[in-house]
Amino acid sequence: MIEVLNLTKKFNGLTAVDNISFSVEKGETLILLGTSGCGKTTTLKMINRLIEATSGKVFIEGKNIQDQKPEELRKQIGYVIQSIGLFPHYTVEQNVAIVPNLLKWDKKQTVSRTRELLELVGLPPDDFLKRKPEELSGGQQQRVGLARALAADPSVVLFDEPFGALDPITRRQIQKEFINMESLLQKTMILVTHDVFEACELGDKICLMDEGKIKQIGTAKELIFSPQNDLVINFFQANRFQLELMVLTLKDIMEDIPKKEYKGEAVQDFYENARILDVLEAMENTPQKEPILRIKSCDNKKIFQTTSEGIMTAFYEKRAK
Amino acid sequence: MNFIEFIFTHQEEIIEQTGEHIGLTVVALAIAIFFGLPLGMMLTRYKKFSPSVLGVIGIIQTIPSVALLGFLLPLLGIGVTPAIVALFLYALLPIVRNTYTGIEEVDPAVREAAKGMGMSDLQILFKVELPLAVPVIFAGIRTATVINVGVATLCALVGSGGLGEFIFRGIALNNVYMILAGAIPAAILALFFDMILGLLQKFIRQLIKPILILSSLVIFVIIPFIIVPSFFVHPFTAGFTAEFMERSDGYCGLKKVYNLSMNTVELDPGLMYQALKEKKVDVICGFSTDGRIRAFKLKVLKDDKHYFPPYHVSPLVRGETLRKYPVLHEMFSKLADLITDKKMTELNFRADYKKEPPTKIAEDFLTQIGFEVKKNKKGKADIIIGSKNFTEQYILAHIFKQLIESHSDLSVELKTGLAGTKICFDALINEEIDLYPEYTGTGLHVILKADKEISNTILRDEKKVYNFVKKESKKRYDLEWLQPLGFNNTYALMMRESQANKLDIETISELEYFLKKSD
Repeated sequence: MIEVLNLTKKFNGLTAVDNISFSVEKGETLILLGTSGCGKTTTLKMINRLIEATSGKVFIEGKNIQDQKPEELRKQIGYVIQSIGLFPHYTVEQNVAIVPNLLKWDKKQTVSRTRELLELVGLPPDDFLKRKPEELSGGQQQRVGLARALAADPSVVLFDEPFGALDPITRRQIQKEFINMESLLQKTMILVTHDVFEACELGDKICLMDEGKIKQIGTAKELIFSPQNDLVINFFQANRFQLELMVLTLKDIMEDIPKKEYKGEAVQDFYENARILDVLEAMENTPQKEPILRIKSCDNKKIFQTTSEGIMTAFYEKRAK
Repeated sequence: MNFIEFIFTHQEEIIEQTGEHIGLTVVALAIAIFFGLPLGMMLTRYKKFSPSVLGVIGIIQTIPSVALLGFLLPLLGIGVTPAIVALFLYALLPIVRNTYTGIEEVDPAVREAAKGMGMSDLQILFKVELPLAVPVIFAGIRTATVINVGVATLCALVGSGGLGEFIFRGIALNNVYMILAGAIPAAILALFFDMILGLLQKFIRQLIKPILILSSLVIFVIIPFIIVPSFFVHPFTAGFTAEFMERSDGYCGLKKVYNLSMNTVELDPGLMYQALKEKKVDVICGFSTDGRIRAFKLKVLKDDKHYFPPYHVSPLVRGETLRKYPVLHEMFSKLADLITDKKMTELNFRADYKKEPPTKIAEDFLTQIGFEVKKNKKGKADIIIGSKNFTEQYILAHIFKQLIESHSDLSVELKTGLAGTKICFDALINEEIDLYPEYTGTGLHVILKADKEISNTILRDEKKVYNFVKKESKKRYDLEWLQPLGFNNTYALMMRESQANKLDIETISELEYFLKKSD
């Protein structure tokens, strides 16, 4: 758990971060979202003391970060950056083992942990352990970067635009894996990005920042459907349609789906907590002309059928409200 | 004797000098690495000092080697110590700057990641920045090595040995083989070091530790052996120029005639007097009209066995120039026998001690003997006057220039400061200069390389020497020796007046007696 209280940073009289407070629960992912220069990276770096705060406090697992040596603090926090920063003179194995070695882990333990982590990020250890960073693609490098951050099993991980340098296809793939990675489920994470889709995709909560201040903090659904000010509205405006499809689930529009009888077999089943965007995408990829789908409630009690058209009708209905 | 024979007969000396050369280079380099690497690292941590520190080291780099050796002479004396210090200073810049740049150029993302993972500043320096900067640092060491091999030749000027000895003797004596015997091994050494370091570059990450260990070994083990003795042991030493050491009327003959044996070191002619004054040496081979004799309170030892041949100065002119401007004959005849030994010493003294410019000294002199001096001739030079690189020659060149320009329509350009007889003479033969002041004795031994028999028969008679060189130069090179100016600037051994008086030494024979006694 991370608690940030009245955090402020001034650079030569200019206020980069202006008295912000938020907290991230254990296992939760908070997105710091905003345009460049809004103070999101500065906020992140104040948490592992790469930048020292002008005033305010940060507690990690209840401990004030000022009470620890910066080096000791950072060894307990995973840190992933956009430019990755793998050591070019180290092999993949040595790169992943940096923090365990700093913590003077037993050699055997470090070796088995390194293998385990590479498996976890989808890089077969036997192929990759002895490679140098220059022999890896950008996506592979960022996987190693992630493995390196997780090496000593920190409870808190900070991400600074981790997928920013990747091409769109690799980025989407790694984002998907990221969501499904079990070892990340228990981590308390803060992720900085300027990409609204990434924010909605990865965040449990989003903290939208502008000029060093928090404009709104809440779930993606809250920010999109109940914005608190014009800035929040404007920030999502350009991609609103797609974002709405992303944050709404079948359950949200269930009552507006026209109740009709369909003839024929349903091609696919969806639970009611599926995102509309995912459902529509899945239906697009079936060979049938007007495929029928089946929606189940999470307890498997209610089942009914509809088509893409039915879902779109309900979606527009919901938007109108 | 051809070059190959020369190499074989001088084999031992070449090997010895090459050894000294390598020693100087490697020791200086080790010290430079030992101090340069940490200094470069420190600068990356205290960046505000880096422009000033790198600036100072850069300025040192621009000081000409001979000037730097001159600065070091009063502090460190002569021999190996000042040479190593000079080489160290020259090697410092590439090493410090490359260390600094190499570390600065490490990808900031790598540094941020290292810091973000909890590495301390020292861990980042030694585990990340330094290993990544090694190729750049190594390139700096390589540059420093090649610079050092080159500069080490100049260190022969302060008596530190090395291949420079051959080169400077060769230049002084107009002996191409001797120059090559020093220059070729020096060039090969530079290429060899560069090649070896180039090969090692591949294994550099494994090598950087042994290199550091070796360089600290050199510092703590070898240096004391070189430097400490030089502070304690100070025998009666003679500092001679490379030219004097080798030429037939120099030290070799002197040894035989006076049965003399001394500790000798080779010194640059410009640094020699200072070295004597600073008590770094006890005897030097000066010139009898040098102004510094008076300025530094030196005593010229009497040549009681008349060993040194006459060195009367004359303008040495190309025959073609004379035919083109016959007026030169008449003009220089006005100057004949007008400058006495005493007069020349005074003129030199004014330049060396009172720091008056040669132009003014020349003008005063000409006015004093009743010549009108007109100034500021412009336009294309009709005549180019050269000179060697010591005071007397500068003054004479200016006297010649003002004399010609005041009494004819000819305009004169000066090319002064040519380093040694060989360079002056070659310039004359290649028509790059038209005339320069030359000494009859030098003409006899160095330019004409007269046989022993001939030189022995005429050596004691200044007239005969003059007539011989005049006739032979005309015949062989179409060069004309105009009338002598009067004074005789011969070689002379000199000591500090105070020491000579204390030891009661007046003549070279007495010096020989003293040396034999103190042995």
